[in-house]
Amino acid sequence: MSLLEIENLSLTIGGTRILRDIELSVAPGEVMGLVGESGSGKSMTALTVMQLLPWAARATGRVTFDGIDILSATEDQMCALRGDDIGMVFQEPMTALNPVKTIGEQVAEGIRWHTKASRAEAEERARKMLDRVGLPAAQFPLSRYPHELSGGQRQRVVIAIACALKPKLLIADEPTTALDVVLQAQILDLLRDLVAENRMGLLLISHDLAVVTEMADRITILRHGEVMEAGDTARTLSEQLHPYTRQLAQASMHVPARARAHEAGQGKPLLQVAKPLLQVERVTRDYPGRRISLFKRSAPIRAVNDVSFSMAPGQSVALVGRSGCGKSTLARMVLALDEPTSGTIRFRGQTITGKSEADLKPARRDMQVVFQDPYGSFDPRQKVEKLVAEPLHVLEKKPTNAERRQMVANALHEVGLSPDDMDKYPHEFSGGQRQRLSIARAIITRPKLVVADEPVSALDVSIRAQILDLFAELNQKLGIAYLFITHDLTVARAITEAVMVMHEGKIVERGRTNEVLDHPRSEAARALVTAAPDLHRAIARRLQEQG
Amino acid sequence: MQSLLGRRTGQNMTAYLLKRLIIAVLTLVLASMVVFAVLEIIPGDPARLMLGMNASADQVELLRNQMGLNAPLALRYLHWASGLLSLDFGRSYTYSVPVIDLVRERVVVSLPLALIALALSTLIAIPVGLFSAGRHGRAGDTIAMGAAQLGVAVPNFWFALMLIYLFAVWLRLVPAGGFPGWGAGVWPALKSLFLPAIALALPQAAILARVTRSALIEVLNEDYIRTARAKGLPYRTVLWRHALRNAMIPVLTILGLQFAFLLAGTIIIENVFYLPGLGRLVFQAITQRDLIVVESVVMLLVAAVIAVNLLVDLSYAVVDPRLRSRQ
Repeated sequence: MSLLEIENLSLTIGGTRILRDIELSVAPGEVMGLVGESGSGKSMTALTVMQLLPWAARATGRVTFDGIDILSATEDQMCALRGDDIGMVFQEPMTALNPVKTIGEQVAEGIRWHTKASRAEAEERARKMLDRVGLPAAQFPLSRYPHELSGGQRQRVVIAIACALKPKLLIADEPTTALDVVLQAQILDLLRDLVAENRMGLLLISHDLAVVTEMADRITILRHGEVMEAGDTARTLSEQLHPYTRQLAQASMHVPARARAHEAGQGKPLLQVAKPLLQVERVTRDYPGRRISLFKRSAPIRAVNDVSFSMAPGQSVALVGRSGCGKSTLARMVLALDEPTSGTIRFRGQTITGKSEADLKPARRDMQVVFQDPYGSFDPRQKVEKLVAEPLHVLEKKPTNAERRQMVANALHEVGLSPDDMDKYPHEFSGGQRQRLSIARAIITRPKLVVADEPVSALDVSIRAQILDLFAELNQKLGIAYLFITHDLTVARAITEAVMVMHEGKIVERGRTNEVLDHPRSEAARALVTAAPDLHRAIARRLQEQG
Repeated sequence: MQSLLGRRTGQNMTAYLLKRLIIAVLTLVLASMVVFAVLEIIPGDPARLMLGMNASADQVELLRNQMGLNAPLALRYLHWASGLLSLDFGRSYTYSVPVIDLVRERVVVSLPLALIALALSTLIAIPVGLFSAGRHGRAGDTIAMGAAQLGVAVPNFWFALMLIYLFAVWLRLVPAGGFPGWGAGVWPALKSLFLPAIALALPQAAILARVTRSALIEVLNEDYIRTARAKGLPYRTVLWRHALRNAMIPVLTILGLQFAFLLAGTIIIENVFYLPGLGRLVFQAITQRDLIVVESVVMLLVAAVIAVNLLVDLSYAVVDPRLRSRQ
């Protein structure tokens, strides 16, 4: 008998069809994986079960939870179910907790509401729950505020809130997407244990096929609001009967086809070249410690600690590490957006540390940046022509309007967009297209180096594959060197020839990408590699388990 | 660890308080210089005004010397400013009594009036804002915000006249104006402050309600509101427990800024209702070129506004724990 049974569910919001004839069920103690790309209706399915849909949403069909007809339940009935029998965990732990309430209050609140327990009783139960999710009382008293916790710790608090009353069903909507791979593995372990302990049903929503394969007993693949394929996880993904399943699986494991120009120099040492494009020498960056009184500060925080490396022209290097390891700080210094506390950085032979903005202009021309978030990095009120042409102000000679339009048109063409797109606004593009725009903006000055900070982590797998192809193609065609900052090892493996592993401000391991990722020597690198979800491995393990 | 945390938070708090306090004092000093300088520049010799048009130049000069008006500017400022510190505001030119006596008499009218109006505007605005935000885009919201729009647009003296007509002339519930003094009993005194306080509060409440609503609507889109809903809390409870406190920062900011307008509003309202308050005093003093009274009252009002904004700054830290531990 199923715990949750969704039959023929269709959903419209303000006349737009979001879901069509969704069929899905979750049994007690079962993990159901719901997979699909953004906009496929995964979250809306979850919110339908919770009845937390937007105001204008209209659902038809049948949703039964534990014998209760959800679609015809009153708001009071739903309030009794939410947080008690159905718990939910969300994607973004940084914003999922109320910043003005302590974690104790927030965990205890649901307990008090549903059980009418006294404050002291509820706090005691909250304490136990926080202990259970790995936040011991010694370091994480109930009086802590969310801002005093890291992203992974906050997600544990959200899980504690959702599981405090031992719900029959837990809905986890991309619970680890915002976390680095090591934290992701920890959170997934925690969820797996909670499912086993309480025979809880888990509806796990993710865009990441590898994560779902590791976790889910059965899988439902969604596209454009419709179920494409559903069934046993291992069988579905190993047989790949449905073309869309195949497409998704292939995109998740995509490696851009690259003529291995650099393979020739196999024997040469990487990251230590004779005529380097970029040379980082003993760079350290300290941030002032937090103020502990009016006149005193605690010891400074060393974000980057004595880092040296160099990059050859046209080389593509990955800088991998967990969140907070200092990789973004290092990237900012390479881009001369931040000054090292000590050490020097040379770009094309010129020192770029300690220079004025005017002196940096030639260097700026030759290095550009691509950011993670294709939504946040454009001014929504400017047209594409202006946005893509932004870096042109560093050119020595100001181009005429006609020249400028020509350069923008060329850049758009190179990233696979149409020159006609010049007169559109950013909101008219999809996430993948917007990332193409930021790449166009980066290459318009014909730079020698592009620093890309998690350039594909906000994108769906199929789009991600296309963007990785584009990066590889531009590397071949224009000879651009890349410094890829990422915590995603598949990205590093797909597109870079050398990798540096950063841990607590230091580079702890470096070498050829495949060698490092296949045989990591340092503990930090090993942790990253073991935690990284891998579709091949996950399917193989599943099949093995089932014999 | 917990005590460690507590101590760290405590020390940060002291630093924050001290910084705010220093800023407040500096603002006050700067304001006193501006007030003093402006009144120096304004034409009109107080000595000549006191003696009348027929006084001879010698007589005027003598009085100017007596009043210390011929001393160097910096010296006169220091003298005036040190007087302020010891609550010695000097003597009024027109009434020939110490300014402090005039102020003491009036402040017992104006201060309760301002406080009642402030409380009233908050008590009206926050429930209206909550009501509107909870019904965002629906009929109730539209009606409430339409009313607020009207409240912003209509000047307070017109409100005052309408209130007098309705409550004093028609319903005969309260007096139309004047102030019996606190000696006549608390209730009659409060009764005569009732209409002016409403007239002052309504336009303020209208602005505040709009700010509360938009701050709440922004907060209601936050992820943690969804988390709270997923706990099983009803919408109303979420609005009160989770949204309101997060929406308080912009509301408090506007509240502090509005206090200055509230004080300015008392000048008009006290004249409409014949209330012997600071507003009327300063109005009369300006028309009579009683500069020393104007200076003193303006400084008092400036001090009140700075004090209220200091309180607002401190209340941020009460509302938002992030301000307590982060500097």
